[in-house]
Amino acid sequence: MAVKTPVYMDYQATTPLDPRVLDAMMPYLTDRFGNPHSVGHRFGWEAEAGVDKARGDVATLIGAAPEDIVFTSGATETNNLVLKGVMAAYGAKRDHLVTVVTEHKCVLEAAASVARAGFQVTLLPVGGDGLIDLDRLADSLTDRTALVSVMTVNNEIGVIQPIARIGALCRERGVLFHTDAAQAFGKLPLDVADQNIDLMSISGHKIHGPKGIGALYLRRRPRIRLVPQMDGGGQERGIRSGTLSPALCAGLGTAASIAGAEMARDGEHVARLMGRFRSKLVDALPGVVVNGHTEQRYPGNLNLSFPGLDGELLIANLRDLAVSSGAACASATTGPSYVLEAIGVPEELAAASIRFGIGRFTTEAEIDFAAERVIETVAQMGGLSAAPELAS
Amino acid sequence: MTDPVYLDWNATAVPRPESVAAVAQAAARVGNPSSVHGPGRLARQTVEAARAQVAAAVGARPQEVIFLSGGTEANTLALCQPAWRSIVVSAVEHDSVRAAADATGLPVHVVSVDENGVVRLDALAETLADSTPPVLVSLMLANNETGVIQPVAEAARIAHAHGATVHCDAVQALGKIPVDRDGLDVDLMSLSAHKIGGPTGVGALVVRDGLAVQPAIVGGGQELGRRSGTENGPGIAGFGVAAESAVAELGDAGRLAALRDDLEARIARVAPQTRFFSARAERLANTSCLSMAGVPAETQVMALDLAGVCVSSGSACSSGKVRASHVLAAVGAGDAEAGEAIRVSLGRTTTPGDIDRFVDAWSTLYERTAAKRGRPLEAV
Repeated sequence: MAVKTPVYMDYQATTPLDPRVLDAMMPYLTDRFGNPHSVGHRFGWEAEAGVDKARGDVATLIGAAPEDIVFTSGATETNNLVLKGVMAAYGAKRDHLVTVVTEHKCVLEAAASVARAGFQVTLLPVGGDGLIDLDRLADSLTDRTALVSVMTVNNEIGVIQPIARIGALCRERGVLFHTDAAQAFGKLPLDVADQNIDLMSISGHKIHGPKGIGALYLRRRPRIRLVPQMDGGGQERGIRSGTLSPALCAGLGTAASIAGAEMARDGEHVARLMGRFRSKLVDALPGVVVNGHTEQRYPGNLNLSFPGLDGELLIANLRDLAVSSGAACASATTGPSYVLEAIGVPEELAAASIRFGIGRFTTEAEIDFAAERVIETVAQMGGLSAAPELAS
Repeated sequence: MTDPVYLDWNATAVPRPESVAAVAQAAARVGNPSSVHGPGRLARQTVEAARAQVAAAVGARPQEVIFLSGGTEANTLALCQPAWRSIVVSAVEHDSVRAAADATGLPVHVVSVDENGVVRLDALAETLADSTPPVLVSLMLANNETGVIQPVAEAARIAHAHGATVHCDAVQALGKIPVDRDGLDVDLMSLSAHKIGGPTGVGALVVRDGLAVQPAIVGGGQELGRRSGTENGPGIAGFGVAAESAVAELGDAGRLAALRDDLEARIARVAPQTRFFSARAERLANTSCLSMAGVPAETQVMALDLAGVCVSSGSACSSGKVRASHVLAAVGAGDAEAGEAIRVSLGRTTTPGDIDRFVDAWSTLYERTAAKRGRPLEAV
């Protein structure tokens, strides 16, 4: 069966907009164009109603209340707001932040900015499987720790951190817990109460929603203080000023609502297809290495190293596939992934790695085509050398 | 029921169909502009084409345009630069500029305006002489509530003579008057897409080449390291198209001025005591800010909405708050008078019939509330 090329396999970078999401956005891009903060007339009210509906849809997916949701321009803004805003609010008494070496670049950069502002930052290491050591986390906490920030699903290697246990530990120790759930929201069941999550970062375009919209889940009780990073009209309870985009909010809300309704089906779909892809590659290419924990992972992600090959050349030769060597934002920069380095992948092997990401709209035909292309291309490039022993 | 009349364009503009089409078209394609594969490169091309359109709209170069989430973020980014040691703003800036200035924790000097709402250039010069360098001067090009156009070029000349850097919030001006970054000689300029018929959630900060900007949002290093976060390709595409159209249609200002002047003349005939704020200053052609004595603005806005006419009691972002407008206070309006002012703002699709509807509804309310103003003057 013919497939349309390039086959899009970069779902961790961004996902195709679900047509149902665009349908939900269109009224707000056209007839219902009002400013949701215009309180005096019907255009404002209907725009505000759209925002409120979206807020509820986002909240429902994580077991939160609508009032706990603050809309932002995306997960990067949210992560910046959380790390800088929480540390600025609590820093006088609690000046310590704990995060992890494999976090998304924006968390690490925000943490660096927090460190430059004079706060203490602990960067926890991860094991060869990409997971943090809970004992080590527990040992890192002091009576000056304000915040622990650990991502739910890693954007490069797909591993799932033990969020509920981290949440329980933080709760027990009286430390705020933030999780960057950009890669997990809408894909894995999340419950802010069960998992003791105090703050969560959410992205729209990773779940077939629009770009330019994200959210912060901010627990209201007990109240968490946060110094806003953008002031002005006082929208979003003063936490985040700026005119909200009803179209983008409706897009995120609808994407969340669809993701909630179809989570089981989407999960089964990607697990089956990625299992098929992985089996084909592992069978045909002994020596290929799966990066990160082999089971505790989001199945829509598969990060593979191809020993002996030049990763850039391999990607260039795989021009029928839209794949990446790692995080998109860092795509233009050179040098191997810091995530792979953190899990102990040697530099040459890290440079020979590809992230395959699939999702709701990936088909079996695409998977078979992609597997065939990878296997053929590797053969054309001379095949794999033996995998080096990895320290675990 | 007849269609409602929308006269709140300064809150948000009616979307331009060509901009909506650009958003929808870009949204239908998958791709992160930072990805190096084919779909990513296509998304990048879309963003860069829009960057050129937005730059051209204000006479800047594409690499000077930083895309971000909107006017508020642009203003915040301009004001929160770690380089500044003091901030100078006019008394009539948008809330986002005022709040961002306060949030810096730096000394903030407020320059007064004259009775028409125009910034006092002599006061600006005096303030600059007393400000600790490096100074950032932030002056809006056109006011969102009254439409007053500020003498930005003259202010920039004075500010530069004092070694200051100049930021101009041009959010309300773009698409309504020509905006020439070089002619105004400003170093930083804020723009917003939804005020010109583009989508909400997108804006830009235009930064003069050679001026380093420290990012407020850090991460993947997008926008040449000046604003991290995956670019909103579809929204940016819509912004680019809207910017191009808005500038191409600047000639519509003459028609809008005629409609606005007709509106004010007819209201003045009905109620000769009506104050039209800043009417003697150079104003945007589309904006009228007027008060109805004895009737709170909220009451007027609600009554007009019932009559199918949509206006606002000030800027949308602060219209939920019960406090007098700082813009009107700056031109000498007392709390009572400022609290009786509404903003009527026209745009691309406004017709003479819309003006008739507004004048009728306003006049009806005016007559109905005559008792609140005591005995009619003509009865004397």
